[in-house]
Amino acid sequence: MNKLLKDQSKERWEYSPALESTDHIQLKEKYDLFINGEFCPSESEKYFETINPANEKVIAQVAYASNKDVIRAVSSAKNSYNKYWSKLKPSERGKYIFRIARLIADRAREFAVIETIDGGKPIRESKQVDVPLAAAHFFYYAGWSDKLQFAFHGKTHNPLGVAGQIIPWNFPLLMAAWKIAPALAAGNTVVLKPAETTPLTAMKLAEVIQEADLPPGTVNIIPGDGETGKNLVQNPEINKIAFTGSTEIGKFIQSSLAGSSVKYTLELGGKAANIIFRDAPIDQSVEGIVNSIFFNQGHVCCAGSRLFIQEGIEGEIIDKLKYRMESLILGDPLDKNTDIGAINSKAQLERIDHYVRIGQEEGGKIFQSSCSIPDKGYWFPPTLFTEVSQSHKIVQKEIFGPVLAIQTFRTPKEVINKANNTPYGLSGGIWTDKGSKIFKISKEIQAGVVWANTFNKFDPSSPFGGYKESGIGREGGLQGLLPYVSLD
Amino acid sequence: MPIVSNKFNQRVDQIGSSERVKRLFSRSIKKESKFKALHLILSMIDLTTLEGKDSPGKVRQMCYKAAHLHDDFPNLPCVAAVCVYPNLVKVAKDALVGTGIKIASVATGFPSGMATTKEKIIEVRKVVKEGADEVDMVISRGEFLRGNLDFVSEEISAVKEACGGAHLKVILETGELESLDNIREASFLAMESGADFIKTSTGKIAPAAEPTAVLTMLEAIRDYFNKTGKRVGMKPAGGISTAKQGIQYLVMVRETLGHHWLTPDLFRFGASSLANDVLMQIVKQSKGIYQSPYYFSVD
Repeated sequence: MNKLLKDQSKERWEYSPALESTDHIQLKEKYDLFINGEFCPSESEKYFETINPANEKVIAQVAYASNKDVIRAVSSAKNSYNKYWSKLKPSERGKYIFRIARLIADRAREFAVIETIDGGKPIRESKQVDVPLAAAHFFYYAGWSDKLQFAFHGKTHNPLGVAGQIIPWNFPLLMAAWKIAPALAAGNTVVLKPAETTPLTAMKLAEVIQEADLPPGTVNIIPGDGETGKNLVQNPEINKIAFTGSTEIGKFIQSSLAGSSVKYTLELGGKAANIIFRDAPIDQSVEGIVNSIFFNQGHVCCAGSRLFIQEGIEGEIIDKLKYRMESLILGDPLDKNTDIGAINSKAQLERIDHYVRIGQEEGGKIFQSSCSIPDKGYWFPPTLFTEVSQSHKIVQKEIFGPVLAIQTFRTPKEVINKANNTPYGLSGGIWTDKGSKIFKISKEIQAGVVWANTFNKFDPSSPFGGYKESGIGREGGLQGLLPYVSLD
Repeated sequence: MPIVSNKFNQRVDQIGSSERVKRLFSRSIKKESKFKALHLILSMIDLTTLEGKDSPGKVRQMCYKAAHLHDDFPNLPCVAAVCVYPNLVKVAKDALVGTGIKIASVATGFPSGMATTKEKIIEVRKVVKEGADEVDMVISRGEFLRGNLDFVSEEISAVKEACGGAHLKVILETGELESLDNIREASFLAMESGADFIKTSTGKIAPAAEPTAVLTMLEAIRDYFNKTGKRVGMKPAGGISTAKQGIQYLVMVRETLGHHWLTPDLFRFGASSLANDVLMQIVKQSKGIYQSPYYFSVD
């Protein structure tokens, strides 16, 4: 039993607020569509509000792209493809992409603050993860632009044309970078639709692209909702679709593109197994659990939402995890000490609430950290469930929130069987001090990435993608170029 | 005597530990919380001089400083203790009369520990008799590294017994143990053999208080407390010279062991020049500007 959990010291040393300054950021009240190198109003003349999920205040109005706008954007991308981008020397393409990378790095703080205001994630994460990784992706793929013959040795590669790209709200700028960078490097032009709740960093990226002086229409950014995305997917001039989001929408895209020549990549949901063996380094495993499920409020497709602990150490791990959860600071995402920010949207909060209620109704034993919840905004405390099994809904469904389901296991065979007992297969984690065990288990887990003694580590040079219903195709690394070329 | 340390999981992942340190050290401590932390740090300092050239004069000057950190500034705490070589304990004792500041003496063939157990016991008895409230012993690293854990354990127990009422701090000399696995094992060995405090280093070997070593020891203290209910103290020593480092370690203690450990009874800094940097920060916090270092006495 963790005696520290009961510790009620009278003398306490609390951290004072340490807010990131916001006076350096430049935000407009209204953002228009970015088509053909210019900001222009929507044909529909419709605008929608984007709000700060931490206080529910409106940050800006953003133009809504109707089908007419989609058609405009796609034809401008096609025009740029035919007239400029596919005609450019590869090394010149690379220069443009390097320029985007540098501009993002230059404005890292501004991007980080806007990402945090618009999406609710802690400033610590947007500063340390989202923005630097986004810049790193552009840097990485810029380097490939004039070296593609080495990526596809012995084959002739050709760009596809116009890529329609639809990205989610959990890592808005980073996902834009994952999509745009390889597409441009391989010689394609782009129409990108950011998520409805988090369009702002994409619009700032549009400003960067304008400043980088890319040929007009090479990258078009058109905010909107599901309908906009649907129009983009079904546009006949599109040559390639790249989508990151829910498995449900992924299935829709797959069926609507069936029989067409449009190439597609889908990066979908997950319900990853994070496996702790008895011979694991305990304190580092506990930290790994925190990083696997509470990073970005659990809004991570590759989150380790199913924890498997080998019997014998479950008591120690769970006690330590609870203690660690109590030290996580939930609150203002702009505070540099915040660990858990706001839930991205009201709809997402309702979804998390819904599943947690089901978990309790099913008889799971719940523990939540006792942090206080702000009055305004959307919040959910770090939560874990014990006494659940593979038959419980909260073990089966992707919750996409800070909710961990814990099961125990006895043997490697049993845990591999259970880890793979899911329609998903995006990621996994193993914790053990024994190297041979890492190789054996990671080979048998059906998932695109398996981390050993760490979790949620990303690098532009490393491919990422799913098995089974977690997706098709890879993003990142050499493999991430393949979906953007045709090979002869 | 049975070695109980294998009751505890011994594995530490070095990369995971460094990442945890990085995250702890990135906490942003401002305003009120910084002010409070700076005062806390002063009260936790073992003001130290451990040089071959130490003399009674030097120790007397340092003792005065220990009790009068910065008289221009009201309501400052004094340091927790002064830490000196055995032959200077008497000098310190006389110099600190009436101050409430404790006297810590290194002992047991400091810093190498290359003496017989018998000699070590004699030295410990002597410093306690001459007025040391706390004894900072070194473990026999050679014996530990060749797997002779029984020897190390028995030696610590014997020293503990010789300490009588004095508090025992056990220096692991983490820079010589090298791996975090070793540091964790040595921590348990020391705690189970009677240590009141565990301490990182002598300050004579680089690296001294290395952050992952400190974190590993704090985690061992936590596990030991959870198993036994006994609160063991922690003292990082060597290389901690800035207020910023001091605050980072307070964050580490707070988030690993809780508020309860944030007291000089359970946490100390072994340092010679930390106090002045902390004093400068305290003055800056209240006056808004940095004062010249000439205003802070060097003793």
